[in-house]
Amino acid sequence: MSTAAAPASSVPAGARSGWWEAVQPAARDPILGVTEAFLADSDPKKVNVGVGAYRNDEGKPVVLECVRKAEQIIAGKQNMEYLPMGGLVKFNDLSVKLAYGDTAPVLEEKRVAAVQTLSGTGACRLFADFQKRFKPDSRIYIPVPTWANHHNIWRDARVEAHTFRYYKPSTRGLDFEGLMEDLKKAPEGSFVLLHACAHNPTGVDPTADQWKEMSQLFKSNGLFPFFDMAYQGFASGDTVRDAQAIRIFMEDGHQLACAQSFAKNMGLYGQRVGCLSVVCDNSQQAVNVKSQLQQIARPMYSNPPLHGAQIVTTVLSDPELKEQWYKEVKVMADRIIGMREALKSNLEKLGSSLPWKHITEQIGMFCYSGLTEDQVDRLTKEFHIYMTRNGRISMAGVTTGNVEYLANAIHEVTK
Amino acid sequence: MEATASAAAASVFDHLEQAPEDPILGITVAYNKDPHPGKVNLGVGAYRTEEGKPLILNVVRRAEERLLADRSKNKEYLPITGLADFNKRSAMLILGSDSPAVVEKRLVTAQCLSGTGSLRVGAEFLARHYGVKLVFLPTPTWGNHFKVFMNAGLAVKTYRYYDNKTRGLDYEGMLEDIGAAPSGSVILLHACAHNPTGVDPTPQQWEGIRQAIRNRGHLPFFDSAYQGFASGSLDKDALAVRTFVADGGECFIAQSFAKNMGLYGERVGALSIVSKSSGVATRVESQLKLVIRPMYSNPPIHGASIVALVLGDGDLFSEWTVELKGMADRIISMRHKLYDALRARGTPGDWTHILKQIGMFSFTGLNKEQVQFMTREYRIYMTLDGRISMAGLSLKTVPLLADAIHAAVTGAKA
Repeated sequence: MSTAAAPASSVPAGARSGWWEAVQPAARDPILGVTEAFLADSDPKKVNVGVGAYRNDEGKPVVLECVRKAEQIIAGKQNMEYLPMGGLVKFNDLSVKLAYGDTAPVLEEKRVAAVQTLSGTGACRLFADFQKRFKPDSRIYIPVPTWANHHNIWRDARVEAHTFRYYKPSTRGLDFEGLMEDLKKAPEGSFVLLHACAHNPTGVDPTADQWKEMSQLFKSNGLFPFFDMAYQGFASGDTVRDAQAIRIFMEDGHQLACAQSFAKNMGLYGQRVGCLSVVCDNSQQAVNVKSQLQQIARPMYSNPPLHGAQIVTTVLSDPELKEQWYKEVKVMADRIIGMREALKSNLEKLGSSLPWKHITEQIGMFCYSGLTEDQVDRLTKEFHIYMTRNGRISMAGVTTGNVEYLANAIHEVTK
Repeated sequence: MEATASAAAASVFDHLEQAPEDPILGITVAYNKDPHPGKVNLGVGAYRTEEGKPLILNVVRRAEERLLADRSKNKEYLPITGLADFNKRSAMLILGSDSPAVVEKRLVTAQCLSGTGSLRVGAEFLARHYGVKLVFLPTPTWGNHFKVFMNAGLAVKTYRYYDNKTRGLDYEGMLEDIGAAPSGSVILLHACAHNPTGVDPTPQQWEGIRQAIRNRGHLPFFDSAYQGFASGSLDKDALAVRTFVADGGECFIAQSFAKNMGLYGERVGALSIVSKSSGVATRVESQLKLVIRPMYSNPPIHGASIVALVLGDGDLFSEWTVELKGMADRIISMRHKLYDALRARGTPGDWTHILKQIGMFSFTGLNKEQVQFMTREYRIYMTLDGRISMAGLSLKTVPLLADAIHAAVTGAKA
């Protein structure tokens, strides 16, 4: 062990052995822990359909060409000075235009407070802390199920959390009656977390009519809509279509907030690029709200990272790069849609008696397969297939090379 | 007019007021708004060249080029605690590669969002897992320290540090206050180049401080934002931290690469927790992840990749030490120039503290009214506590600053 010579005055005898003896090992993150386990597996047939990161048909991560070009443009030019606390202003402007529409009235009237954040997580956390600070007695309503980290975020912000029904296992679709019933019971002034598109983990989205009904309910009952939009463009391949829920609520005059992530739709995962926007009464209030959001960011990380925001700004402000981006996003979305069809048809070919149409009805990166925890564990142990134990399959991890193997394994554990 | 049938309800955030500008970052905002050509920004601590321009280090440029050219690199999520290679090298940089903590694996390092993020994650961890939820900050200290610890849920108190009369360290006061603090308190220490005063303990004083802290069973939390930038020597600037680690006790260390690698906006930093045993280290790391995941999930990749490259490549590392010394030397030379300029003007007062203080900042001793006068009449932008960023000075602007100080101190009218 240590052979260091005793220093002149070391920790006094009788001092406790250390501060951290009582620290318990924390549970592995249910999502990111899957990738850790996958990486540790040496079986050549292993398949990772755990974390929601896009893979091409070779199963490789992709850096978009428009991103590569943007990086070439940025290289060697910029300085690396601190961004303002609220991030790159041009980035924020372009982000909110993408979310709300280039000519949205709220933008022209400068009623939107927008700050650059650490991707979607950072946007949600900033909003949760803001909600706690200025509406300390309010609740957050979270759909069941949801991205696991949502609960962690609002819990760490110390906001009282409630849930509302969302997914209906028997139909593997939306439990719209349950959703409306539960939200009707939410007290006025409650905040409601909504997935703008490509609900994670289920892939089940409301229809336009259902969104409209929800919007009316929110109005009459004084509920605050908070949209988590992590898949704009990635769900249907069309950025306008994927933002329709937000546009519907905007038309009804809601003052909503939105967390945007560029992790998936621009493939900028590790760069941590996102935007939190809050629609306000007027431009002065937007200034106030932005300043208060900055007050929360300053003691958390001071100001957000530069590189990713520069990439997004370069892509969105250059018409050619933007066009290229639209195309590349559509390619990703289309590949996933193709894999959904392939997985479903493979299962049907194998003669599975279970219903699998939800695979193609669900949208976005994930398929909520309906597999039980035991079945998932068997998939991992017997077939080296890695997914989260809620049965969520990241379709982005499915390829023409592994879809048959995957279908076969699923059939084996479900027949 | 109302767009829809039902009246647009007032925003739920209607009661908000506009928050005040950040006292430090707000200076740059005000500076940028000023149209006057002769304005000087001595506010935020960001290095400037003699031409008054921000500097991107050569090694950083070269590292970036290499990263850009490597098409095999992707942009996948980093692990929650960041880039492992970066973590390892960052820890060795501050602790020394032969540090007992490194050798015995009693160390957990997590990549965080620069110094601020490292402090905040450490503070959140302490608020959850440490028995004494009280941290002592030096008086004065970087303004943001207070909110970082408070927002994490810790109570904040202060210990005496800066002596107004001597413009040096109030060593006795500091030891007294450390001795009086409840046993087990967290003591925040600036590893070197104290911000805002530039006043650092001598090696002998550090030894006295170390003993006082260990005797009370306190937990030292180092904020290391200027390693290499203060004296020009990476090892010399790490002395205080290494002395503490050498005694076998535990500590927290927040590292920033904002200044010493000029990576300000890329938010590169690391939190290291030195514990008594390696078993503890694994559990601590798992709990750190629970703090980080609901805050931002995982840290940004770009800046950390650059640092890992530079620290891991012998040539780049050597070159970096030379560039670092270049920045430190330029700042030291500005101190001398300013001192000489004030002496030449016969400005009343003892200005030797400008020479004795170390690092990016000088605590001039000017008061709020004098600072406001200098901003109004001479377009000198600096924080109201009298702190100037020496890094913002150049041969050209030293005379202007000296004139402004002279006028403020002698009460001369514009």
